[in-house]
Amino acid sequence: MTLNFGPQHPAAHGVLRLVLEMDGEVIERADPHIGLLHRATEKLAESKPFNQSIGYMDRLDYVSMMCNEHAYVLAIERLLGVTPPVRAQYIRVMFDEITRVLNHLMWLGAHGLDIGAMTVFLYCFREREDLMDCYEAVSGTRMHATYYRPGGVYRDLPDRMPQYQVTKWRSEKEAHALNQNRTGSMLDFIDDFVTRFPACVDEYETLLTDNRIWKQRTVDIGIVTPARALALGFTGPMLRGSGIAWDLRKKQPYEIYADLDFDIPVGVNGDCYDRYLVRIEEMRQSARLIKQCVNWLRANPGPVMIDDHKLTPPNRGDMKGDMESLIHHFKLFTEGYCVPAGEVYAAVEHPKGEFGIYLVSDGANKPYRLKARAPGFAHLSAMNEMVAGHMLADVVAVIGTMDVVFGEIDR
Amino acid sequence: MHPSAATELLHHILDFLPSPVFAVTLILLKIGLIVLPLMGAVAYLTLVERKVIGYMQVRLGPNRVTFFGIKILGGFGQPIADALKLLTKEIIVPTGASTFLFLVAPIVALVPALAAWAVVPFGGELVLSNINAGLLYVLALTSLGVYGIIIAGWASNSKYAFLGAMRSAAQIVSYEIAMGFALVGVLIASHSLNLGQIVEAQRGNVFTWFWLPLFPLFLIYFISGVAETNRAPFDVSEGESEIVAGFHVEYAGMGFALFFLAEYANMILISALTSVMFFGGWMSPLPASLAITPVIGTLLGDGIHWFVFKIFFFLFCFLWFRATFPRYRYDQIMRLGWKVFLPITIVWLVVVATLVILHVPPWFDAT
Repeated sequence: MTLNFGPQHPAAHGVLRLVLEMDGEVIERADPHIGLLHRATEKLAESKPFNQSIGYMDRLDYVSMMCNEHAYVLAIERLLGVTPPVRAQYIRVMFDEITRVLNHLMWLGAHGLDIGAMTVFLYCFREREDLMDCYEAVSGTRMHATYYRPGGVYRDLPDRMPQYQVTKWRSEKEAHALNQNRTGSMLDFIDDFVTRFPACVDEYETLLTDNRIWKQRTVDIGIVTPARALALGFTGPMLRGSGIAWDLRKKQPYEIYADLDFDIPVGVNGDCYDRYLVRIEEMRQSARLIKQCVNWLRANPGPVMIDDHKLTPPNRGDMKGDMESLIHHFKLFTEGYCVPAGEVYAAVEHPKGEFGIYLVSDGANKPYRLKARAPGFAHLSAMNEMVAGHMLADVVAVIGTMDVVFGEIDR
Repeated sequence: MHPSAATELLHHILDFLPSPVFAVTLILLKIGLIVLPLMGAVAYLTLVERKVIGYMQVRLGPNRVTFFGIKILGGFGQPIADALKLLTKEIIVPTGASTFLFLVAPIVALVPALAAWAVVPFGGELVLSNINAGLLYVLALTSLGVYGIIIAGWASNSKYAFLGAMRSAAQIVSYEIAMGFALVGVLIASHSLNLGQIVEAQRGNVFTWFWLPLFPLFLIYFISGVAETNRAPFDVSEGESEIVAGFHVEYAGMGFALFFLAEYANMILISALTSVMFFGGWMSPLPASLAITPVIGTLLGDGIHWFVFKIFFFLFCFLWFRATFPRYRYDQIMRLGWKVFLPITIVWLVVVATLVILHVPPWFDAT
């Protein structure tokens, strides 16, 4: 029997289309079709100044927004040969880890839902809400932040966390309860979050980790041997689930990861359950990293952008009285800046794996060519290998464990 | 009012009718008395489900549709709004579907779920049909509901629906046998197939109810019941995230509503049967001496309200499971049925038979 699975399917994670050839419920061949969310991001980037493409990067993997920006911004910085201030690097790392938690919460919820555990999804979204608020506090939007810029981050962390207002539907008492941990600065809020977050992870684990049904559904499903994982180009938790301790944050440290203390969890069997455990532990490690960043950021105020107004917008006040600043502002927001000719590949440890931007510049104010290396693409390519011989219900578990997001696969 | 007194009163009012007509009228009235509250219960069970699961998932559940704008009744109008919506929607018959079977399937699913209530005793004499083969009748009817699902899946001309039907068929053969064996245990313990007498055989206190001597059978019966109603974690024939909605993926409007009604009516039925067979049906868990307390004596003594309370408890368990567990794969359900439940029931049947033969008090000393 040939079954057309998706693109309109509750477990398609967006717009995955799988053509499954089955014998009863046993999968003989799985043929993933991609391209249904193709938005020509790479081509679009060739036609606009460098800074204007940052927002498009958010929309690649739309559940780990700032990490995509990070790779792009890092590529530009390497071509330009600039290094952002240390404080900006800490902020970036903190938000990378917040993004990792956001992504893994989304993954856990969706994976749980795929396998039928409904409640985890809502528990995850409860915590995601707080992190989304951090995104909003710092950039003004909850998802597509456009917060990282070549030369630093757009602005410093706010001194005050936005609070819930009393409305027709929310009494003063309720608003007060919701604002309990929002009275201080944003760093206080994040600090409070990482303090209570491990208990939340315990809560998800109570529902899943030792649950017999969860184990029956994930243990020995979609096994990938270490050798095959390498050969298939796996990265991130998919590779670490197979037992290979490869993490760009450790192996090729960027920003200030080398100064931070964290562990890389690895799996043993390379099945869905191991990848689940790896990601759960990564959430705990991310909380640890965020905590270290919060402590450093509290103690070390400073600039978050380099002081080169060819690259970064000048102070608003200066523009009113200083001709040069006004010209800088005008040039930056119309023409942008020119990047020296050359090519560069910058990769970050994205929540899903290695997310890289390959950038070729011919010296103009726009990229000559931009290529995004999406981890999900390599993972999805292994679909046939991972599900062959399993049952239809396991296909869903494997899609879940891959953590595919079509924004980055189709681009 | 005592049921026989009510019948007397009806005799007086309707004595102009010839007696066969009167008998039929009486039966129809009784059926109405069972089915209408049952339908109401099904409708509001959907609300209870959404509310209970909502609170388990730190959200509120439906709270907008209300009556006359009274805020405290928020959500109480939801089942009625849902029913109206489903009633007014178009019934779509997919291309290539077998129209007759496609339309008949929801009815086949719903009718057994309602018909089984004929033998369920609500109280000492409160039963529509006091037949001696009650247990067999229940077993036969509850198994019939699955045909509705299989027919629906086959008639829809959809691969997803067909997979759902296949799963349902595979599922029923694996738990139905264990379920039957669990009921054989009840039969051995109570010496009767009559549901009223099964309850009577449990008379005493909480510890003389059959859940204690038949504990493994009780668990297996209830779990099989969850499987039979296609509820989480055994909702493989529906399998939202795998086969979309399984057997009822092609149904819209009233066809879908009938499947929904059947599922919930079945949940209530399974809960009722579990309380009848293992939890003393309408019997009060409190000592009989409390039943003569003035004013609240009727509440503390045996009565239909205890039956309703027990049903509600098991329904809550249904909802609780749904909010807690991931879904089984259907071959795992088969393994559970054949390799776990079946051996346990057979072993426990021997244990129960031994207990009965040895007249072990406090359960089996009376016989």
